[in-house]
Amino acid sequence: MLDKLQQIETAALTALDAVQDEAALDAWRVRYLGRQSELMQVFSGLGQLSKEERPAVGRAANQVKVKLEAALDEKRAALKEAALERALREEKVDVTLPGRAPRRGRLHPSTQTLRRILGILGEMGFQVFTSREVELDEFNFQYLNFPPDHPAREMQDSFYVEAGERGDNPVLLRTHTSPGQIHAMRYYAAMNPDNPPPIRIALPGMCFRYEQITARSEVQFNQVEGLVVGENVTFSDLKGTLAEFARRMFGPQARVRFRASYFPFTEPSAEVDVECFVCGGKGCPVCKHSGWLEILGCGMVHPVVLQNGGYDPQRYTGFAFGMGPERQAMLRHKIEDIRYFWGNDIRFLKQF
Amino acid sequence: MKLPVSWLYDFVDVRDVPVEELAHRLTVSGLEVGEIRFVGWKMPVRAEGEKQAFKISGLEWDPEKFVVAEIRAVNPHPNADRLVLCDLFDGQQERVVLTGAPNLFEYKGKGPLDKPLKVAYAKEGAVLYDGHKDGWHLTKLKKAKIRGVVSDSMVCSEKELGISEEHEGIIIFDDDAPVGVPLADYIGDAVLDIDILPNNARNANVLGIAREVAALFDRPLRKPETSLQTVGESLLGKARIEISDPALNPRFMLGLIRDVQIGPSPYWVQRRLRLAGMRPVNNVVDATNYAMLEIGEPLHAFDYDVLRQRAGGDPVTIITRAARDGEKLVTLDGEERTLSSVNVLVCDARGPLSIAGVMGGLESEVTENTRNVLLEAAAWNYINIRRTANQHALHSEASYRFSRGVHPALAEDGLKRGLYWMAQWSGGQVAPDFIDNYPLPPKTVRVQISSNDVRRLLGLELSAQEIAALLGKLEFACEVDGETVTATVPPFRMDIGEGVIGRADLAEEIVRLYGYDRLPETGVRDVIPPRPVNPLYDLEETLRDSLVKLGLQEVVNYRLTAPEREARLYAAAPEQAPAESDYVRLANPIAPEKRVLRRHLLASVLDVLERNQRLDDSLAFFEIGPVFIPSDGPLPDEPHELALVMQGARREPAWDDARPPQLDFFDLKGVLEALLADLQLGPARFEPLRDHPFFHPGKAARMIVQEQEIGLFGQLHPLVQDACELDKAPVLAALIDLDGLLNAAPRRAIRPISPFPPVLEDIALVVDEEIPAGQVEALIRQTGGKLLADVRLFDVYRGEKIGAGKKSLAYSLTYQAPDRTLTDKDAAKLRKKIIKRLERELGAQLRG
Repeated sequence: MLDKLQQIETAALTALDAVQDEAALDAWRVRYLGRQSELMQVFSGLGQLSKEERPAVGRAANQVKVKLEAALDEKRAALKEAALERALREEKVDVTLPGRAPRRGRLHPSTQTLRRILGILGEMGFQVFTSREVELDEFNFQYLNFPPDHPAREMQDSFYVEAGERGDNPVLLRTHTSPGQIHAMRYYAAMNPDNPPPIRIALPGMCFRYEQITARSEVQFNQVEGLVVGENVTFSDLKGTLAEFARRMFGPQARVRFRASYFPFTEPSAEVDVECFVCGGKGCPVCKHSGWLEILGCGMVHPVVLQNGGYDPQRYTGFAFGMGPERQAMLRHKIEDIRYFWGNDIRFLKQF
Repeated sequence: MKLPVSWLYDFVDVRDVPVEELAHRLTVSGLEVGEIRFVGWKMPVRAEGEKQAFKISGLEWDPEKFVVAEIRAVNPHPNADRLVLCDLFDGQQERVVLTGAPNLFEYKGKGPLDKPLKVAYAKEGAVLYDGHKDGWHLTKLKKAKIRGVVSDSMVCSEKELGISEEHEGIIIFDDDAPVGVPLADYIGDAVLDIDILPNNARNANVLGIAREVAALFDRPLRKPETSLQTVGESLLGKARIEISDPALNPRFMLGLIRDVQIGPSPYWVQRRLRLAGMRPVNNVVDATNYAMLEIGEPLHAFDYDVLRQRAGGDPVTIITRAARDGEKLVTLDGEERTLSSVNVLVCDARGPLSIAGVMGGLESEVTENTRNVLLEAAAWNYINIRRTANQHALHSEASYRFSRGVHPALAEDGLKRGLYWMAQWSGGQVAPDFIDNYPLPPKTVRVQISSNDVRRLLGLELSAQEIAALLGKLEFACEVDGETVTATVPPFRMDIGEGVIGRADLAEEIVRLYGYDRLPETGVRDVIPPRPVNPLYDLEETLRDSLVKLGLQEVVNYRLTAPEREARLYAAAPEQAPAESDYVRLANPIAPEKRVLRRHLLASVLDVLERNQRLDDSLAFFEIGPVFIPSDGPLPDEPHELALVMQGARREPAWDDARPPQLDFFDLKGVLEALLADLQLGPARFEPLRDHPFFHPGKAARMIVQEQEIGLFGQLHPLVQDACELDKAPVLAALIDLDGLLNAAPRRAIRPISPFPPVLEDIALVVDEEIPAGQVEALIRQTGGKLLADVRLFDVYRGEKIGAGKKSLAYSLTYQAPDRTLTDKDAAKLRKKIIKRLERELGAQLRG
């Protein structure tokens, strides 16, 4: 009987060596360890053995069973490992096939640039104030110290709206966001007319000029203006504020140049140039070989404008500055045609 | 304004200042130099990587290669009629130079010239412009044989030297030109192109800029020479001036010069005029222009004999007045102009002579036969000049200046300087005395400004003495009293106001001279003011973020459109389309397709869809912005809208998914539901929208939040889709009312997460086809109450198994309690209640 057990063991282990996959392994288990297997028959036949033989055969049969079960586990682990190895070796993708594109939305580049600007101004304490796009001449020009027939009006050719005979106060599409300065000052002054609170706001919005549409000029464009009014606001503060803005907008190294300029609604006025971030000031087509990019117009709020806003110019001073997000986006992204912005061609929009 | 720097040196000596430094200082102080064009002078050499400050162009003349030379004889070319050979002396050597310049032909074959011709001579190796090519092409002079004669050098035209486009003949200098001197030293120059802003109108002249330069560099200003030697009879009594309205014409002056010899001006004058952008005409006209460019006072020359003849023996009477509507005058360009009351005329007793400040009349113009010149220097109301110049499209150097304001004080300086040059160049003799009618002198402006004002406005600490010193450089007469300066504005400036305005104006002058670059950089010390409430702006920004996240592309369109573009939205109901008069219309549209302000944002967004039709498989756009609706008042209403459109593939196609299903109604609805969820609004209620002209009547809905309609959406009406020339795939569109969204109250509080396990179960119900799924779900939720945590429809089935006119809706229900574990018994009880109610109220049957 013991010989037979020995034969069973040898046969089973030899057969196990030949097993190559899970299915064969299951078949092997049924054959050698299953209820019908020779080994199990030995167990079930124990009762018929003599009392003397029984313990030795039983012990031996058990040893064989333990051995075969261990061999089975080992084989199973080996097969699994081999299968994994094979899988890792054989399964592969062509990593150069294109990925499946998720649907992706984007903000319009003007919005992106507006947000960049307003975000920085927000960090510096400027809150957003918006106002209407169709305006009266009073708000767009007269309250801002552009009297009728003022030569500076030529700098801002306007679209007029059919609104009947309105003399010196026609209706027009705002040529700049500056009418918002008057609206904002009046809004704040109304809070406390005898003692108007300080102001620090950003005025974003669409503006309109009567121009031929070309690669360089458009009939509509966004503007962002900043306005600060208070009892302690100086031209040096304006310079410091804009230098800080430029560093945050164009990088800590950004150099700015402040030079005298003219706007009817500010006095003194300045133009702010930032060193060309494309060429670093060496001169390139983007900066028209000047090394500087004109990015802002600014100045101290003109006393007439403060007065018209309900702020006494003897007591309050203020500064204002304005910039064009599309122009900044054009510089940043080397966009050579301003018509791209309102053309909304998906091939353009997708690049942002 | 184009400023030849050599001309500037006449009035202020800054020869030691590099031209670029000069341009920089002018730019920083408000006279922006756009470009420096070198015309002979040495151009700045930059090391690699050195910062540039200006656009630089032009040509420098190598002093070794370009010199002043003289032509001593002009001989015929042996083999060519149209060429000549010049015997030339360049200061060192005699040479023979070949040229085809037509202005030398008159000297051909006349032997040695009595008076040699002074010319610009370029030697072999000189780099100059090719005179025969259009545009500006550099070329290097090389030895060549032309028709058998060797040529290695040339005499130059203005074009070849880069002075102007003149290439009709070579330059012939004035007789005193120094032979052998490098050309650059004799007539080299650099031209600054200066942008004159409206507040700098006083500086649209060489003297004005020289005054700025003198102040900026602390140099003395040399005032122009205007002393006149007068001869003969006085002008007094020979002419008189009547000003009908001093507000139109505050001052009018006349001077007389007799016996002028009309001819060309000296070469140096012609060269400067050309560099400044003007065309030389003759010595009298050039004197008026030259003096204008110097002083800033436009002058007008009349042929005195023509006026005398018209006066018929009486003294010449000049009358200035507004034109009568319909009055006519032939201007010196030969055009007959029909005038209006905004135009101001200079007339004599017989009628109009010229349009004041804008253009002279033909009859009294100076001609080559003119002998005696009556010279006008006047001041005009800038508004009339501006309107006149615009009305007649007559933009000249004179109208440019007068339409920006010329101080009446300049009339006298201009008149004297004009006569001074006329006498020098034409040999005329100035008659004693001027006639000066000056009814409206501007009042002298005085402004007080203190150290404290300067600190308050500029943030600079300057003493009264320092302030006075700075202003003094610009010829303000200053008195100092303690910390206060009283500044009297000099009599050529019209840009300084009074009181608090004047202080701001002076602050600018102070900081300009102090130096914008030296101004400290400080921060605003005030506390940050209260935040203005701007919920609409905040909402719009939130919507943008949400829609972008949901895969839509933001677009921004022109506010300007045409009614017929928007009428396409009403293709299914044309009678409802807004009329032209329902739009905000432009009085001066730039093009017919941009003649009104938009009323419908959806029309703009559909335009974008149309333009991008073939450019992508899947298109989804939105725009947020105002539309413009006429109101009872002068200003329209500007409500803000959100419009979105979607069309094409539901997913981006991929290499193993080439044809994803098309977007349909439920994709759009899903986007809108997600949008509401982002705003913490909803769930919304949806009702069929059957009668809206934009939408397919069976595939459109109203979206209702908190019992308020906040939007319409659905599939575009097929007729609208055709009218918009869109492809066949369904177009989904939505219009959202931002005011509605603003009014809805968001649910900010979140639901706690239950720690107890949920019980899940599915039920399928068969209901009549007509019963909306939303009604079934609402009833389930209502009946399930708080313990029904979620309901999700996971299948809709129609088919034979359930019979015609019926549909099966399969829901997955989640029961969960916040405070205990629900038992199967609890769930069964709820389920029974729900099914019973659905059976009773909707006739639903539980599906086996």
